[in-house]
Amino acid sequence: MKTRTIVSLSVLILLGVFLIMSILPLSNVLRPFGDPENSDMDDYIISNAQNDTGANNAVTSVVFDYRGFDTLGEATVLFTAVAGVILILRRYAHE
Amino acid sequence: MNDTSKIIKTISAIMFPFVTIYGLYVIMHGHLTPGGGFQGGAIVASGCALLVVAFGSEAIAKKVKESDLSILESVGALGFISLAFIGIATTFFYNVLAGRSGSLFGTIPPFGSNPGYLNSGGLLPLMNFAVGTKVIAGLFAIVLILAIATRKKGGRT
Repeated sequence: MKTRTIVSLSVLILLGVFLIMSILPLSNVLRPFGDPENSDMDDYIISNAQNDTGANNAVTSVVFDYRGFDTLGEATVLFTAVAGVILILRRYAHE
Repeated sequence: MNDTSKIIKTISAIMFPFVTIYGLYVIMHGHLTPGGGFQGGAIVASGCALLVVAFGSEAIAKKVKESDLSILESVGALGFISLAFIGIATTFFYNVLAGRSGSLFGTIPPFGSNPGYLNSGGLLPLMNFAVGTKVIAGLFAIVLILAIATRKKGGRT
């Protein structure tokens, strides 16, 4: 029991050290937060979303207008979840 | 069977209207402030889940049938899709109401940060209402039917 704890802890620490060491050389390559390489889409949405959709919340205008299909898929996922839960558990609910 | 204490029942009954009003506010201002149909619907549904936990699933199931909730959810989904089909002359999900002066939700806000105008956004507020209805009914149906199905005979609900 105790050796097992020591082994798993050391494996965890080794894994963490490995991950940190493998991230460190990337810090010169990765761009800083908030400064992406391709920002054409962001700039278009930030400068045009209020005029295109009339909504102040640019996130809502992306979710419901520019990328409406994605929201349709999300709604379908929720619908499928509700349908599945009701389909499986209805017989227990009416006992 | 329900054996939650009187404190839990009273506090839940007091909290429920405020939670519901806050969720409806998040849905209604979805095109102005952070939030929207999904988030506000989740808030309202968590208020309903509070009632289920406090008063027991049997007491709630006497008032609300999950078939009605299922119908309400389908109405929300159909409303969302039909709102998307309104602009089919241009593209799917085209915002026909936006920028049409005089129409419902037709105001265009000035560019930049501003306090926000409720009468703006075109089809987005209506879609938020439809998705909010759908999420409220769907999550409440899931919570209610799970609570009913997992109760034990003679035990705590």
